[in-house]
Amino acid sequence: MVALALAEQALSIAAGASLEIDGVSHAFDIDGKVLPVLDDVSIKVAPGEFVALLGPSGCGKSTLLRLVAGLEPPRAGSLREDGVPITGPNPSRVVVFQDPTLFPWRHVWNNVALGLEAQGILKSQRHRVDAAIELVGLSTFRNAFPHQLSGGMAQRVALARALVNDPKILVLDEPLGKLDSLTRITMQAELVSLWQRSGFTALLVTHDVEEALFLANRVIVFSDRPAKIKADIVVDRPYPRHRGDAHLAELRRHILGLLGLDATW
Amino acid sequence: MPTYSASDAVPFGAVGPAGELGLFRQLHVSASGLAAGLAWLAFGMSCLWWPDIGDWPRTEGVAITAFIIAAGIVLATTTAKWLGRAGAGLQQRAPWLLALGLFLTLWEVATAKFGWLPLPFFPPPQSIVEVYTDDLPKLLDSVLASVKLQLGGYFIGAAAGFLTGVSIGWSRGVGYWVHPVLRFIGPLPATAWLPIAFFTFPSSWSASTFLIALATGFPVTVLTWSGVASVSSAYYDVARTLGAKPSFLVLKVAIPAALPHVFVGLFMGLGSSFAVLVVAEMIGVKAGLGWYLQWAQGWAAYANMYAALIVMSLLCSGAITLLFKVRDHLLVWQKGVVKW
Ligand SMILES: Nc1ncnc2c1ncn2[C@@H]1O[C@H](COP(=O)(O)OP(=O)(O)O)[C@@H](O)[C@H]1O
Ligand SMILES: [Mg+2]
Repeated sequence: MVALALAEQALSIAAGASLEIDGVSHAFDIDGKVLPVLDDVSIKVAPGEFVALLGPSGCGKSTLLRLVAGLEPPRAGSLREDGVPITGPNPSRVVVFQDPTLFPWRHVWNNVALGLEAQGILKSQRHRVDAAIELVGLSTFRNAFPHQLSGGMAQRVALARALVNDPKILVLDEPLGKLDSLTRITMQAELVSLWQRSGFTALLVTHDVEEALFLANRVIVFSDRPAKIKADIVVDRPYPRHRGDAHLAELRRHILGLLGLDATW
Repeated sequence: MPTYSASDAVPFGAVGPAGELGLFRQLHVSASGLAAGLAWLAFGMSCLWWPDIGDWPRTEGVAITAFIIAAGIVLATTTAKWLGRAGAGLQQRAPWLLALGLFLTLWEVATAKFGWLPLPFFPPPQSIVEVYTDDLPKLLDSVLASVKLQLGGYFIGAAAGFLTGVSIGWSRGVGYWVHPVLRFIGPLPATAWLPIAFFTFPSSWSASTFLIALATGFPVTVLTWSGVASVSSAYYDVARTLGAKPSFLVLKVAIPAALPHVFVGLFMGLGSSFAVLVVAEMIGVKAGLGWYLQWAQGWAAYANMYAALIVMSLLCSGAITLLFKVRDHLLVWQKGVVKW
């Protein structure tokens, strides 16, 4: 516990930034045809807020996250971080992808160090790498290669690789989607406590309604492609939440209805 | 031990009373070690038993060496326990030593003793040994010349190919200009340039270096290029969101990710550069093992040709082994790589 507290101190994660997604539309050209993916999406996320995005598969959630990360510019509309337009990637907005995409030729330690190394500040900040690895509980695996890790461990490394940069906005694209349900439940709890202690703003895409309700302050439900905002639901329950909470169960039924799944529930 | 194999140990002192034979109990004569020793003994005996049908001064020396090797094999496999890893390795290779001993015996009998194989073309073992003892300086000079030429050409070609491959893989502009040239010139066997190269280059040495570099460079370029081009864009996305600049993307993402491909190119380049080396030495350079072969052929010195071939194959195999070592060192992160 002491080690963990120290680890967090060393990381000194900056408080969250606000995020404004303002009238964003996006499309892809496939075979000369235009495929509209996002349709006039506007979301305002307050500093330190945890927002979950839900929607049918292929509706454009990952695309929206790529725009937030600055990996692509939107076709229309604008995105701002703390009022500053997003024009490209920046380590203050880090993405954890569905696949851990660790670099297989780097040890765990060097994978986590990636961001600091890319920014040219690794030499003076090596302790932060140690701290981030400690935080996700993988100190004994710091010299392992990615192919020696289980899926859950690899995803933890990906999380550490993101956290080591002190992100103001943590963008999570179905980060727990491929994990077994036990690991997933554990990591959901860890994610909540991490977010509570460090105060970053979180934007989470998930296909799991229960996960969204367990983690987020707000749940935004998208329509089929092109994604439009169908509902913006505030989840006003204290943390740590309980999965059997009656209010959450009510919200779950409501959201499944919005997704057209009420009949199967 | 539930199964029986040729290398299973036979307890040596098991019959005697305990105490007296305490030390001998530690000694285990291995069946395969003993057999290998006998095979080498047979080789030595075959040298001495019948008279040579030709005039070879090294027959006795070869026989004595064979006896020493036979004794060495038996002794080492018996005491393998105390020799650690070297002993275990020897024990494991004993069947091969056995086969080699039998092969040499057969070779000796078929050539030097009864002449079953036509003579000048199939020299006996002792005449090849004679080349190593009596023509050593010339052979060593040739080895040195070959190694120098090969190393120079290979490194130039590998470096140029790697840089070209990375540039084409990374930059559309470079690709636009280099790709057609590569397609036009690359598939041409480097040896086709030989006549022109020997005229246009200031020395036959620089011409050969160029040709070896060319033979190495083409596969290295193509495979480096395809390696860089096939790097998953997800890696670039991750690096970019973490603040990576283009130079970082090339040096720390594209190149390490492409390295397995690059090594395939390096192996292919090594193979084709050997071919060019030998041909260049035979035709133009007047030094090196290729030239030695040519020279030996001119004098109908068949033993010298076999001797040079053996050295050449050791060198080529050594070079490949070295490259595998380098690869295994750099690509430890890969699972299940092929062992050479
Ligand atoms: N780079 C791309 N080029 C063309 N089409 C794309 C590209 N990326 C995503 N798409 C298309 O955009 C749509 C939305 O994709 P995505 O945002 O990944 O959906 P999801 O909501 O499941 O994350 C899909 O139909 C997909 O085929
Ligand atoms: Mg997605």
